[in-house]
Amino acid sequence: MSDLISLTLTGLRDRLAAGEVSARAAVDACLARIQATEPALSALITVDADAARARADELDAAGYDPAKPLWGVPLAIKDALTTKGLRTTCASKILDNFTPFYDAEAVARLRAAGAVIVGKANMDEFAMGSSTENSAYQLTRNPWDAERIPGGSSGGSAASVTARQCFGALGTDTGGSIRQPASLCGCVGLKPSYGRVSRYGLVAYGSSLDQIGPLTRTVEDAAALLAVIAGPDAKDSTCADRPVDDYAAALAARPDLSGTTIGLPVEFWGQGLDGEVDERLRAAVDTARGLGAKTVEVSLPHSKYAIAAYYIVAMAEASSNLARFDGVRYGVRDAGAEELVDMYARSRSAGFGDEVQRRIMIGTYVLSAGYYDAYYRKAAQVRRLIRDDFAAALAQCDVLAGPVSPVPAWKIGAMTDDPLQMYLMDIFTISLNLAGLPGISIPAGLGATSGMPVGLQLMGRAFDEAGLLAVANTLFKALPDAGLPRAVA
Amino acid sequence: MPDYEAVIGLEVHAQLKTASKLFCSCSTAFGSEPNENVCEVCSGMPGVLPVLNRTAVEYAVKMGLAVNCEINERSVFARKNYFYPDLPAGYQISQYESPLCGPGHLDVETSAGPRRIGITRIHMENDAGKNIHSSAENVSYVDLNRAGVPLIEIVSDPDIRTSEEAVAYLKGLRSILLYLGICDGNLEEGSFRCDANVSIRPRGQAEFGTRAELKNLNSFRNVQRAIDYEIGRQADLLDDGEAVVQETRLYDAGRNTTASMRGKEEAHDYRYFPDPDLIPIQLERAWIEKWAAELPELPRERRERMAAEYDLPAEDARILTEEKGLADYFEAAVAAYDAPKKIANWMVGEFLRRLNETHTAAEDAAMGPESLAALVALIDKGTISGKIAKDVFPDLFASGRAPEEYVKAKGLVQISDAGAIEAAVDAVIAANPAEVEAYRGGKTKLMGFFVGQVMRETRGKANPQLVNELLQGRLG
Amino acid sequence: MKIPPQEAARIAALARLQLPEDKLALFAGQFEDILGYMDQLGEVDTTGVEPMYSPAEHATVFRGDAAEKRVRRDDVLANAPETDGTFFVVPKIV
Repeated sequence: MSDLISLTLTGLRDRLAAGEVSARAAVDACLARIQATEPALSALITVDADAARARADELDAAGYDPAKPLWGVPLAIKDALTTKGLRTTCASKILDNFTPFYDAEAVARLRAAGAVIVGKANMDEFAMGSSTENSAYQLTRNPWDAERIPGGSSGGSAASVTARQCFGALGTDTGGSIRQPASLCGCVGLKPSYGRVSRYGLVAYGSSLDQIGPLTRTVEDAAALLAVIAGPDAKDSTCADRPVDDYAAALAARPDLSGTTIGLPVEFWGQGLDGEVDERLRAAVDTARGLGAKTVEVSLPHSKYAIAAYYIVAMAEASSNLARFDGVRYGVRDAGAEELVDMYARSRSAGFGDEVQRRIMIGTYVLSAGYYDAYYRKAAQVRRLIRDDFAAALAQCDVLAGPVSPVPAWKIGAMTDDPLQMYLMDIFTISLNLAGLPGISIPAGLGATSGMPVGLQLMGRAFDEAGLLAVANTLFKALPDAGLPRAVA
Repeated sequence: MPDYEAVIGLEVHAQLKTASKLFCSCSTAFGSEPNENVCEVCSGMPGVLPVLNRTAVEYAVKMGLAVNCEINERSVFARKNYFYPDLPAGYQISQYESPLCGPGHLDVETSAGPRRIGITRIHMENDAGKNIHSSAENVSYVDLNRAGVPLIEIVSDPDIRTSEEAVAYLKGLRSILLYLGICDGNLEEGSFRCDANVSIRPRGQAEFGTRAELKNLNSFRNVQRAIDYEIGRQADLLDDGEAVVQETRLYDAGRNTTASMRGKEEAHDYRYFPDPDLIPIQLERAWIEKWAAELPELPRERRERMAAEYDLPAEDARILTEEKGLADYFEAAVAAYDAPKKIANWMVGEFLRRLNETHTAAEDAAMGPESLAALVALIDKGTISGKIAKDVFPDLFASGRAPEEYVKAKGLVQISDAGAIEAAVDAVIAANPAEVEAYRGGKTKLMGFFVGQVMRETRGKANPQLVNELLQGRLG
Repeated sequence: MKIPPQEAARIAALARLQLPEDKLALFAGQFEDILGYMDQLGEVDTTGVEPMYSPAEHATVFRGDAAEKRVRRDDVLANAPETDGTFFVVPKIV
């Protein structure tokens, strides 16, 4: 394996800046790694090799540009974000033939910063899932164990980064879909505050829950990506008009955790955690204490209602967001229909997988006449209570800490028969999306029994990514580095 | 047979004349090539997001203020979910529980006196595109130019009792929209649309009857006819002991009937919920006050002022203020030549007739207000007769030529020189001895004949008053 | 909460989905579990709690009313399953 691939994103960035490495060399290294690992891993739906090489050559010809903070850095983009001129499928058959003419804003910013897009990462179809098994195209395997899932829905992004196919990736998080695959694959995954990153070009699932964020090998890398994609966008009304903090400076300013108070929600640290997960996470919290952090018990009393509230809101919004996939203006149309309503039904039923159809139907149901108040409106009320819980808890500490997933990566197929069981896996990540707060998963080592990665989640105040990243970075550097994943070594 | 009372409510959709669409910056210009004013946002592509047009909000609030509505400082956009090819996202962005404007009213004049029609609410929403059906080819063609154009929906209370009131209400709303300059008000082209909810009940009954919703009312005449037909249809049903079905009915102008759309539509469950891509509208008091201060003189105010200021009959004032352009034209003409009553007569008669015939708006007429004023002045000065003025009016109207120059060029200047007229009078008397004798014998009605003959002799240019005087003198 | 088959069929129709009998039955069963789980929200006392439909707390975002043509018609139609170069073409609407 090329030495280049063992670098972190910031490490590569510095080499590129120093002229020690060309953009082309970096891209070639990634493409070679992709070629070597994809047959087993299947993390990318589309590899854009020719365009990536051409772009790298363009950058090299123009010369290094310090105004482009990601100059020459190869990245993968979850296939839920539109990429201009490059096929975008959302891992769904219904978009099998879709090529957008516009970049997602986050993608445009990465390109403007000099990054090179090497491919589109696999995912659960329309971001609906926690294992990436709902992809209509391919099964991504966990880089630590090919018999296990990489997590989801940003499983492709997590696997690709961890397997060193790229130096970072964008994922999306609606109920945990960045943090959970990061945890299950052993990389860093950040969900920014709602409204921190523009959603323009993110194919919507749960519009009031979705955020785009980085998956990377280190927290410093995540901060570097966030710095580029964060910030106001006139094309997204829900994107906050707030300046972007200097994340790099914030990281540098926190050598240890003295003066930091970490809140431990009792509801997250009770039963329900797998033994080996519990062990790794408690060890991580101890490490934090060793760095000078104080811990305090807090409560998030409405936690047990989070999954119900989340799924009602997410499915309702999804049922509406996915109505546009009707075979009229883009996407796959069923050729056999002679009449319009039939065309809609056939195209959608053939194009959407079971999980997507299930969620559309439940979403349609909870919004329908007679049920709106009991489900959708009620869920929105509970959502406010959950948000208030977080505000109260975060008044007593700087960040909260908890698990990401109750179990490490499970075996492929183990949960596909029982959708509800899969939904319950989101228990620790979901409330943050309801509250709109930022959260990050950092690797806390390998579980003693399974040898699979376990991630620790840190959660922060709205728009305080700087504070959250600083704490996460300090702790991350002190936690065990599991090294290159076994299954793709 | 019981005496029935009709209960009518009207839903009006008005397209707002903003430059760009409600949620994207595509042009709203009418008549462009299909799908040329379309972007990824208004065509509902994956990942796109709406951003609200501030001017559309301003226009909507101004309409609310003009019809005495409460303006809700906070209002919320909601998705109305249904599938149709002209609705790209599979939902319309509208307002449901929290509309922009609350209750208001419009006062209208009817033959039975003034009536106050309540307005329930006004809300904002985006328009859909257009489907063009081709039954020959078994397909439909979809043009999204119109998709995303801003609309306001004005919902009346069920206060309307007759088709006359309905038309008066619609004309009143339309007039206000035009005065505000925020809508073209074109019923035929669709920038101003109306659906009517019609039910009947035995007079004196408090409960409403079952209502039918009438669609395809694309002219004021059709609104009136459709409502009258429907009232009759429902009365017949009830008289026969049958029930009125709650349904949507399409008006057929050719047959002057309404027909059920049942079978073509399903029960609608729109599953409204607040649009998570948009922040609720929060207006500041200061903006509402500023917009209120910017309201122009509205039709009713203008009508009353003009009637008083120019001493115009009520009906003339009403006609002249029905279109802002016409009212502006009138006042400009009067400013050029201070003869309001005479100018009003010409405008309400000849000018308006020609405007209607040629489908021209007053402000677009080739004959400007100064020209009309100049024409009236020429008559007053005696330069031409009223009859000549009427004769040449069509030409002046079409060409926009200055009347004084035109009249001189065509040699139409009235002959007011007594000597010249005397010569003609003498010629006519000499040529018609029998009639002269009959006249002198008592048939005084023959004066008209002599006047006509003198006018012919002078090719219509003699001053009629002088002709009369001279003839009286000669004939005795 | 029990979902009778005709209710599941009504929802599918509303959502423009066409499910074969067996899938409809499978989904109906799964819905009962999922919706039953969601019913526990009924335990929460939400009297006087304002619904929170979005975490976004900032002021209304507006756009100026300037028209611009950013996109060519060819791009708009490029992904159309059926087009004549001017319109989107769809099967007849009965």
